[in-house]
Amino acid sequence: MNDSLKKLRAIYPADRFLEADAQLAAYASDALTAFHSLPRAVVLPETSEEVIDTVRFCHDQQVAFVARGSGTSLSGGSLPVSDGIVIGLNRLNKILELDSKNRIALVQPGVINLHVSEAAQPYGLHYAPDPSSQQVCTIGGNVAFNSGGAHCLKYGMTANHVLGIQAVLATGEVVTFGGRSRESLGPDTTGLFCGSEGLFGVALEITLRLIPQAGCYHTVLAGYRSLQDAGNAVAQIIASGLLPGAMEIMDALAIEAAEAAVACGYPPGAEAVLIVELEGPHEVIECERETLHTVLASTAAFQTKTAANATERMTIWKGRKSAFSAVGRISPDFIVQDGVVPRLRLGEALQQIGEMADVAKIRVANVFHAGDGNLHPLILYDGREPGALTRAEELAGRILEMCVAMGGSITGEHGVGLEKRDYLGTMFSQHTIDTMQRVRAAFDPRKIANPGKMFPGSDPADSQQATSGLRGLHPLEKAGIISRE
Amino acid sequence: MAPTSLTELQEAIRSHPQVLAVGARTKPRLSQVDDCTLLSMRGLSGITEYQPSEYTFTALAGTPLHELEQVLTEQGQAMPFDPLLSRAGSTLGGATATGLSGPGRFRYGGIRDFLLGLTYIDGTGQPIRTGSRVVKNAAGFDLPKLMVGSLGRFGVLAELTFKVFPAFRARISLQVECTDCHQATERLIEAACSRWELLALDYDPAQKRLLLQLGGPQRALEQIAADIENRWPGDVQPIESCTADTCWETIRTLGLDLTESEQAPTRPTRASQTVVAQVALTPTVVPELEQKLGSMEGVNSHYSVGGNVATLICQQPDNIPPISKLLAELQLVGLVLQGCDAPLWLGTTQPTAIDRAIKTALDPQCRFPSYDIANLQADHVAHH
Repeated sequence: MNDSLKKLRAIYPADRFLEADAQLAAYASDALTAFHSLPRAVVLPETSEEVIDTVRFCHDQQVAFVARGSGTSLSGGSLPVSDGIVIGLNRLNKILELDSKNRIALVQPGVINLHVSEAAQPYGLHYAPDPSSQQVCTIGGNVAFNSGGAHCLKYGMTANHVLGIQAVLATGEVVTFGGRSRESLGPDTTGLFCGSEGLFGVALEITLRLIPQAGCYHTVLAGYRSLQDAGNAVAQIIASGLLPGAMEIMDALAIEAAEAAVACGYPPGAEAVLIVELEGPHEVIECERETLHTVLASTAAFQTKTAANATERMTIWKGRKSAFSAVGRISPDFIVQDGVVPRLRLGEALQQIGEMADVAKIRVANVFHAGDGNLHPLILYDGREPGALTRAEELAGRILEMCVAMGGSITGEHGVGLEKRDYLGTMFSQHTIDTMQRVRAAFDPRKIANPGKMFPGSDPADSQQATSGLRGLHPLEKAGIISRE
Repeated sequence: MAPTSLTELQEAIRSHPQVLAVGARTKPRLSQVDDCTLLSMRGLSGITEYQPSEYTFTALAGTPLHELEQVLTEQGQAMPFDPLLSRAGSTLGGATATGLSGPGRFRYGGIRDFLLGLTYIDGTGQPIRTGSRVVKNAAGFDLPKLMVGSLGRFGVLAELTFKVFPAFRARISLQVECTDCHQATERLIEAACSRWELLALDYDPAQKRLLLQLGGPQRALEQIAADIENRWPGDVQPIESCTADTCWETIRTLGLDLTESEQAPTRPTRASQTVVAQVALTPTVVPELEQKLGSMEGVNSHYSVGGNVATLICQQPDNIPPISKLLAELQLVGLVLQGCDAPLWLGTTQPTAIDRAIKTALDPQCRFPSYDIANLQADHVAHH
């Protein structure tokens, strides 16, 4: 028994206070499986009060804590701090209110993303942000990392759909930001809290805006002989004045993997496929699909296929959504990158990635949200080879630097987390980072909330983060339950 | 003070004890702050980057919104949130610092949802560049969002990057007559949850009507409009496009007296005694608020963004304390845009330690006016 945790242990019954190594192992890593770290204890609160008491204990005792949902972070955002506490929020999973008249859902942080849309469905409403892990990822994690998905160009990211947050800050103070109205007055602290990567505190209740379900979808798959041709098609669609709900591209290696894994029926011989999806009232889609097909006919597509029904639509999307776990079948390990470049420079970026990969003698598969320039290069490596992870990370780093040099970002939707913290300085000046650190200190003067994430440098817990022999797919991916964005 | 370059702006901030940036001063109450040097941003104007295929533009804070709208229109694009007071000369920086959006906010969101990144000058005169210039970014704290609605209390906005969308090929506006506020609210809620994908949805109590706007291909809009007419037979009429433009433009001016803002006067005119405030609310609160406002003389109201924003226009300053009390009872907050004798905030304000801590973190030297809500409350009480 560890006496210093006595007060914390008193908050929980024994089955919700985990400290045996075998119990802790389940929380040692997230979807950035190259890293792991054992916490000192894991607590599983069932009420907001238990979360508040836990955070106040951590503040009083100066113990680091990491709040965690389903652990699907691809940037190591929910990696535990050694000797710290993990607050597992999955049991705070109630949709507290579904107010269809005001089009609002009030949820606890452990509610699964997809469950919000399922609850809203009878009212003809849905929750727009749809990260690929939406079957298991939680709203609390989505808020912390401002998660994206395939529909960000049209609908924005998580922060655009959060109206209010009640949170316990790292100081133990309980605050309410925003409210229930779609408009807010005064500084947008709700927006600031979203994407703060758990460095401010723990969201306890989140008010989400719901929007009407799309009346109908029109999904088209087009095959191209080169990535450049597919990229040019995106530019032509944009120039036509259409605003598709999603535009996704996969390259040959990603297609090959997806085809082998789920037999998605993509055009044989394609060097790239483009998925375009229109959505809206059927009257609008009937007009817009004519425009889309005229545009696609003028591109270099050698084959186009339109989903005739919901099943065919799901088949097209299945190939895309399974791409990452499918790539896991052709390589023991891989790193997913998340850089963003201006859309006009997509072709140039892909070419440079190819050249860098050739020089490094590392295979890279490309899957990306073409509509918003968000690249997801999958850098393949075998963690059993000495130095392979390091070489893969070096290539990942060069890709991030290229994105920034092109005027883009190091992360479009996965967050900085542990993985990209050393690259924050490529985007922001030291003065800007110092300002962000002051803002962090306003919420968490003792640096106990998810230390070691986002900021480069020397948080107290930094030295205790460790790499490990854990490799390959996340266990949930292996089970086919989740897929990465 | 009217700097014409970023260097001059930095110098101006360094050389005055306390400063507040102002644009065209179309919302005069917001720049009425004691013991503070006003920095006119109108000399820092112009688009610095616009690549239509990226759906983004970057412009200096003093750029008038109507200039931006013209440039975007030429490329078939638009800011879908219908920025307020555009024709009155309102600037991009002023609109962002106020954080308010027009009726088009209903469909895709407001300024907070389209702002991608910005550079502001902090109290030490140094630039802070946050967010990004691409349409998707999750790196670092989202300080750009914090600046939305910050009223210049954290720093001076210098340059901003926004996402834009393709403009709709056609628009159709409809009015739906309603017998009373309850029926109007019921229909407002139904329309908001409908499959019609309205761009804008407003309620005008004086005329007992809802105003609906649709955008997209003309043929599709006519079909959807017919569906709406079938839903409420006899109560739905199309609004002729010229009349509709005037109607939506009037809503975007909030009933403010615009003549005074052209010259940026240093003291309020008689007309500015009319108090104009914006209130954030939810649609289900509309009937109660409307009923209670109805008992006060000289108060006009308009509900925008599907019943999420109310504009209150009060001709009689005596009515401001009871309005503020009413908003507090309903747990609502209002921001006064015009009416220099009125308190800045109406209704509920919740001073918290974290509000003050954020202000201190961003402006440790107090080079910008206090944002301490406790002080604002004192201001509020004094006016009672």
